[in-house]
Amino acid sequence: MPAVSMTVNGKPVSGEVEARTLLVQFLRENLRLTGTHVGCDTSQCGACVVHINGIAAKSCTTLALQCEGATITTIEGLAAADGTLHPMQEAFRDNHGLQCGYCTPGMIMSALDIVRRNGNELDEHTIREQLDGNICRCTGYHNIVKAIAAGAKTMAR
Amino acid sequence: MYDFTFHRPTTVRQAAGLLARNPEAKLLAGGHSLLPVMKQRLAQPSALIDLSLIDGLDTIEQKGRAVVIGAMARHADVAKSPVVIAAMPGLASVPGSVGDPQVRNRGTIGGSIANNDPNADYPAAVLGLGATIITNKRRIAADDFFQGMYTTALEDGEIIVKVSFPVAKKAAYEKFKHPASGFALVGVFVSKRGSDIRVAVTGAGSNGVFRVKSFEEALKKRFAAKSLEGMSIPATGMNADIHASAEYRAHLVGVLARRAVAKATA
Ligand SMILES: Cc1cc2nc3c(=O)[nH]c(=O)nc-3n(C[C@H](O)[C@H](O)[C@H](O)COP(=O)(O)OP(=O)(O)OC[C@H]3O[C@@H](n4cnc5c(N)ncnc54)[C@H](O)[C@@H]3O)c2cc1C
Ligand code: FES
Ligand code: FES
Repeated sequence: MPAVSMTVNGKPVSGEVEARTLLVQFLRENLRLTGTHVGCDTSQCGACVVHINGIAAKSCTTLALQCEGATITTIEGLAAADGTLHPMQEAFRDNHGLQCGYCTPGMIMSALDIVRRNGNELDEHTIREQLDGNICRCTGYHNIVKAIAAGAKTMAR
Repeated sequence: MYDFTFHRPTTVRQAAGLLARNPEAKLLAGGHSLLPVMKQRLAQPSALIDLSLIDGLDTIEQKGRAVVIGAMARHADVAKSPVVIAAMPGLASVPGSVGDPQVRNRGTIGGSIANNDPNADYPAAVLGLGATIITNKRRIAADDFFQGMYTTALEDGEIIVKVSFPVAKKAAYEKFKHPASGFALVGVFVSKRGSDIRVAVTGAGSNGVFRVKSFEEALKKRFAAKSLEGMSIPATGMNADIHASAEYRAHLVGVLARRAVAKATA
């Protein structure tokens, strides 16, 4: 089987995978990083979003081997070593931005990409439009949008 | 997904060599069309040849009176490219309207055009601007490139390297987005470059992207939305599915063409 190595949440990792192994499978099954979810497996729901070299991508639509040498960040990589939540995570908690929590890792990783592309002052319209690729089955969008606006602001501090 | 072997060439020549040695191989760009199809086991390539390590395949530059976009340029990068926005904001809006942000972060112009999905956005811009597709073997005019649903003029072993868009003074894209998939239920790209006027339609035709000559003739008299007033196209040859009837798609072609011309002349 082909070998693959990459940096995940700051740590170098490697493993043997089939060529068809998806990045999300590698993260969940090889590395046991089960924070990244699979909601649809058809590239639509965004539950599997991680950052590949700093850019948000659907890890169910990316092969592990495509990430050879890449730097990956998952939801597990956001909080500080002492457990202090990332401001965007904290904002989801403060604003009740999750219900069952299934979509939340993807929402937060996508939210950080929205900040990367659009800055820290986000209006509601921008956030809603940019969340096009993330589905919340609990349909708690109102508070997700509030959380992202608040999290983005705190990140600027 | 069936398994395959995986290759990461660093030059176009190496990629072509791999294709020649693996007749059942497929090129992999962003993977956002190919991997979903492989998951459904509708495609079973023996090998995937990943183009992402090839240097210089993702450049975006103005060359004389053309905007030249590398095959591996991602939708998000083309949409926000200062070069493309300065030359033709109408062209930048095309990748900007594709799918969702994560899809735009990965999908490429080369993959989109080679795939020639009948509802894809880029084919409308490529045909609607009379672009030239530059491969490792030759240059192909847009009018010869798209040959029906998922079919192009690309031959075995041929790799798109870049796409050259002539800069048009007026150009705009209007898309009726399918609310769930994000693809174009119908999309119309219009352009005016001197006396060359083009109206290209994606999403509507059962044979993929096409030009509307009757609209182009009407716009030659005056490039204004008014010139298309009351005009429509016949419903024969239009797609019909649970999302929209052939008649509705034909109707949308007229509506979106008028909106696109209005946008291009605003
Ligand atoms: C959820 C979702 C929503 C989407 N919404 C839209 C939308 O609204 N509008 C739209 O237009 N598209 C949409 N797409 C498709 C998206 O734009 C794809 O990224 C694009 O069509 C294919 O590009 P790719 O780089 O991902 O190609 P890949 O999937 O890697 O490849 C596609 C095909 O092109 C071939 N190929 C790739 N590169 C080359 C090359 N350089 N030379 C020759 N052949 C090549 C491959 O072998 C393969 O057959 C969507 C996709 C998803 C998953
Ligand atoms: S699991 Fe990847 S988009 Fe739904
Ligand atoms: S919180 Fe349940 S899916 Fe979004």
